[in-house]
Amino acid sequence: MSYYDTYLRYRECDWNSLFAEPSERLVNNALDDEEVTVEQFLAMLSKNAVPRLEEMARRAHELTLRYFGRTIQLYTPLYLSNYCDNRCVYCGFNADNAISRKLLSAEDLEREASLISATGLKHILVLTGESRQMSPVSYIKECIEILRKYFTSISIEIYALTENEYAELVGAGVDGLTIYQEVYDENIYAEMHPIGPKSDYRFRLDAPERGARAGIRVVNVGVLFGLDDWRKETFLMGLHAKYLQDKFPDVEVGASIPRLQPHAGSFISTHVVTDADIVQAILALRIFLPRLSLTISTRESARFRENILPLGITRMSAGSSTCVGGHTAEAIGPGERVPQFEISDMRDVAGIKEMLKNRGYQPVMKDWVSV
Amino acid sequence: MSDHLNIGGKAIINRLFIGTGKYADYAVMERALKEARIEVATVALRRVDISASGENILDYIPKDIIIMPNTSGARTADEAIRMARLARAGGLTNWIKIEVIQDNKYLLPDNLETVKATEVLAKEGFVVLPYMSPDLSMARRLVDAGASAIMPLGSPIGSNRGVKTRELVEILVREIRVPVIVDAGLGSPSDACECMEMGCAAVLVNTAIAVAEDPVGMAKAFASAVWAGRLAYVSGLPASSAKANASSPLTGFLRDDVNKSA
Repeated sequence: MSYYDTYLRYRECDWNSLFAEPSERLVNNALDDEEVTVEQFLAMLSKNAVPRLEEMARRAHELTLRYFGRTIQLYTPLYLSNYCDNRCVYCGFNADNAISRKLLSAEDLEREASLISATGLKHILVLTGESRQMSPVSYIKECIEILRKYFTSISIEIYALTENEYAELVGAGVDGLTIYQEVYDENIYAEMHPIGPKSDYRFRLDAPERGARAGIRVVNVGVLFGLDDWRKETFLMGLHAKYLQDKFPDVEVGASIPRLQPHAGSFISTHVVTDADIVQAILALRIFLPRLSLTISTRESARFRENILPLGITRMSAGSSTCVGGHTAEAIGPGERVPQFEISDMRDVAGIKEMLKNRGYQPVMKDWVSV
Repeated sequence: MSDHLNIGGKAIINRLFIGTGKYADYAVMERALKEARIEVATVALRRVDISASGENILDYIPKDIIIMPNTSGARTADEAIRMARLARAGGLTNWIKIEVIQDNKYLLPDNLETVKATEVLAKEGFVVLPYMSPDLSMARRLVDAGASAIMPLGSPIGSNRGVKTRELVEILVREIRVPVIVDAGLGSPSDACECMEMGCAAVLVNTAIAVAEDPVGMAKAFASAVWAGRLAYVSGLPASSAKANASSPLTGFLRDDVNKSA
């Protein structure tokens, strides 16, 4: 049994008619019921729900307050390496892109970690490109051991691993796993990830489950908006999150819906996703899965990030850089800063904390203790 | 008449305990604690920075308040035990509220793991207050394991649904000799009052206060309700009207017979 079996039930369906059907009544019930059904979730993602966004927003806000309070947990990404064997058409680290490649040494990493730690952040998200040769699990493990000195929670956003490899990293101190499917439609997935280990759809799809089985405490799924119809992709990701919640009740499941941003390379998205679309996706996810943690990254603009805070967001990145060694400004020579993607919200940690306080939210810097 | 609640050698007057999560602002929380004259507050260890490099929640808790660290995030007895030891080693009190939760959907506690953790920590000298699903035999096991009080839930954490477990909590109040403190799910001051009228020793409230428009006002409202409920309980609530004497007693004939024979 895998989420793939659930996916297969929807693979051949006609999404346009599926999203055209849902009635007003289903949306109404979703706003009133404590337990929201899959049909109601679908209805909330449909075009018919667009006139109901304000009511959905009120419900989503109320649920978020109830389960998460007026708090936002902060973290920052730390890129270990941008070596990559994949040819993902939308990504700046694509092996075909002629960018300078870098791998952090232990000394580089100590410097990055101490700079980030000085901002007060205690949660770190470690990222790499996919190169088992340049950034093998043994290297990542060594990095985790260094980071443990500085941070109380360490999450990884790296290539898909086996269950044993996840367990090895849990043993080293990892407690969170972020792994986006990027796109759930299997055919589009194949087009977007033509070459490299990431082209294995099933291995990636089952990665969150392998991580959960290996003892990871927080598992975060995601879709990259812009690769496919967002309604369908949000629906499939929501079902994936629910599948994980049901199967691993002791695991905290989260989701992200990043939007494609400019990057090195030439891929142009044909699936435009508006601000209103992202809002509808967030609201439907929050009402369907009230305890789902929802992350919004610095890919989005400062203004948009602030406005969607009350709708269901529970985690934000701050002071982000998507370059390897990006936190150590002095270590980077001019012209070498090639980000994985461009970020929009450039504020530092202090700036984000200030904004949250002004908006009536408590910035949570530490929300885990490893024992 | 002094009406103290005694736990772990402390005499507590204010029977409203407070949770410190979910506040927009620690400064507001501090005012709520002060103005509602709170004496016991629980703090999630996962939120405490014992190294104390940055802003720390403990800086906002008045010094005379009893801090009851909790093991939120623990999934097993073992994790809860290690967290409790960490708290004590970090210089916090020896009070510990045990939360062992393996269910992220409803946040309902695992009573079995909770009993295991209570047994170990009580032996190590902690004042143990376990959060539990209201169940009489588990409550008895917790008391045998050394719990200083038990903390059954009113309804799931954050749900604001009130005392949905009323029948079961009433049984605990009647049968269990340590203080019964209803924790979780109380959505309004009247819910808290209801618990106190039932004879609960105290209540613990977080969400309903922390996310209120005015947390300071809401903390005071809860404190008043808890006080009123407690006063009603110790003053002896009259039986409800449903149980009042029927106007024509069913056994009145017995007296008639007595009268006749006299």
